[in-house]
Amino acid sequence: MSTLLSLRNLSIQFDTVRGRLNAVKEISLDIESGESVGIVGESGSGKSVLSRATMGILHGGNVHKSGDVTFDGNLLSGLSAQELREFWGTGMAMIFQDPMTSLNPVRKIGTQIGEALRIRLGMSKDDANKKSAELLRLVRVPDPDATLNKYPFQLSGGMRQRVMIAIALACDPKLLFADEPTTALDVTVQAQILELLDDLRKSLNMSMVLVTHDLGVVAGHTDRVIVMYAGEVVESAKTTDLFANMRMPYTEALFKSIPTLDTPTGTRLPTIEGRVPDPTQENPGCSFASRCSYVQEKCRTEHPPLTSDGNDHHYRCWFPIQVRSTL
Amino acid sequence: MAGTGNAHLRGEGMVLRANDINVEFKLGDKKVVKAVSGVSIDIAKGETLAVVGESGCGKSSLGKALLQLPKPTSGSVILNDVDITALHGEKLRAVRPQMQMIFQDPISSLDPRMTVRRIIEQPLKVWSDLDEQGRAKRVDELLESVGLDPAVVGSRRPYEFSGGQCQRISIARALALNPSMLICDEPVSALDVSVQAQILNLLQDMKDKFELTMMFISHDLGVVKTVSDRVMVMYLGKICEIANPDTLYKTPRHHYTHALVGSVPVADPTKKSLRSVIQGEPPSPMNPPSGCRFRTRCPAATDLCAAEEPQLREMGGGNYVACHHPRA
Repeated sequence: MSTLLSLRNLSIQFDTVRGRLNAVKEISLDIESGESVGIVGESGSGKSVLSRATMGILHGGNVHKSGDVTFDGNLLSGLSAQELREFWGTGMAMIFQDPMTSLNPVRKIGTQIGEALRIRLGMSKDDANKKSAELLRLVRVPDPDATLNKYPFQLSGGMRQRVMIAIALACDPKLLFADEPTTALDVTVQAQILELLDDLRKSLNMSMVLVTHDLGVVAGHTDRVIVMYAGEVVESAKTTDLFANMRMPYTEALFKSIPTLDTPTGTRLPTIEGRVPDPTQENPGCSFASRCSYVQEKCRTEHPPLTSDGNDHHYRCWFPIQVRSTL
Repeated sequence: MAGTGNAHLRGEGMVLRANDINVEFKLGDKKVVKAVSGVSIDIAKGETLAVVGESGCGKSSLGKALLQLPKPTSGSVILNDVDITALHGEKLRAVRPQMQMIFQDPISSLDPRMTVRRIIEQPLKVWSDLDEQGRAKRVDELLESVGLDPAVVGSRRPYEFSGGQCQRISIARALALNPSMLICDEPVSALDVSVQAQILNLLQDMKDKFELTMMFISHDLGVVKTVSDRVMVMYLGKICEIANPDTLYKTPRHHYTHALVGSVPVADPTKKSLRSVIQGEPPSPMNPPSGCRFRTRCPAATDLCAAEEPQLREMGGGNYVACHHPRA
């Protein structure tokens, strides 16, 4: 495997009325080709900002970026939107969270899928139409030819999400960002879409970054998981390793607060007390210290570095949870 | 998936009983959407009935029909032995305090221009005979019971709060008049998991403290498992299955319940989740299939399922299922 994407010390800040907000702090990570990586975190943890910044689709006078993004051997940081277009669609593509608002309501499905094919790959209208129908078949939309002539409002949420996936896959990207691709969908449809993404990833040898707040989704569909909290990576490990040995107390607390089908009826769920720290305030200690049940004095005054256990399992904690079993 | 039939109803003494509820919405061109078709339920005192199903199955329409918001197209709702579907105008208004609702979106269900204190005081002003001091005392109690400090939050407005805190305020407002029945429509689906757990625990506490009877509408089967005494699964406006949660998740008898339970992602990478059991999406509620409504996606469907609508029948242990060929 070779490294497809690498981030080095990527930081994103926004200017807001309350001062400068640290959305993403000094993140470094590598994604191999063909790998599926999950990014997990709650709202405000910076997971969507991270994927958008990597794509280069965060703009505006109030956005401050630093750090390097290298994709497929090319340094992307510092490139203009015009130059970045070379990489969009063919290099990296994104599936957005909300299938209801991410499609243009006044353009037909066929036009929206074909747009990338005509502009990026220089296809003729007829060829683009044929390829669009093929893509719809690939994402298992029933009756693709008829669907090309429909408008988004004529399709259900699940079908629209499939159209979004078809658009993202149109130019055979090497890396697919899926930003909460199934959050707006029902469980039975979610299961179908996740399986579809798995199958496509394997058959097209694509890398995928799956951004989600759902630990269940991550467990079944990724090779590696990165947990984010308050703009930082707080834990990262192979998926099987992470679920077997959670080292960072936040990961454990997040995991425990999810009710599952095995939770006995009437159980009181363990909760994480308190709130995410204000991202406009600088905090000298660990960002999770105020809510952590294992907190000690050192946690409040010194910021923990990302530590490795030598086994490609990284965690940001002064007093990590002991390994329960040796694998 | 018929769900006509009353085998699952339990005699007298129920807080709420709904008989043969139909909810229809008229579209143009004489088209009619049948959101809820012939659903009967009863809820005992202190019980939580969870209603699960995918979007469009009629679970929210059913909840609103019970509240008479709007009244169901046909059927009757009996609350504390009073047929509230027969009431109109002032008489209906007078029973409304007995039934309260908590909505999905915590922020948009609070008036942005009112302070928290005024939001919670509003129902007391309209209905209770407390004087100003009495109301202030009651508001303090309510805020404290949902874990908010009245001195800190009382004079703030909804935009100053997170989703979880807004949901606490909604709960305090709903409990202000001591309702006998609380309908929660997806109360935690807009919240982060860590906050979701706090609100679920709070609802559980409130239920114990005030002996609340609840209907809990949700699409999240894990959430439902922790809070409910009885679970009802709906599909296209009909009941598929009613059972206690442990039996329902361990041995789903209806093929749709089985698919629904199997589709929930499991947070354990060593357990490979099932390949999705059903494909496609529910048919249009404007033109539901004949017979059993699930038959177009059901792996066990036969000719009988198309010809005849299955009735709810008892499967033992308080399990009721509407299926011609239930799973073992």
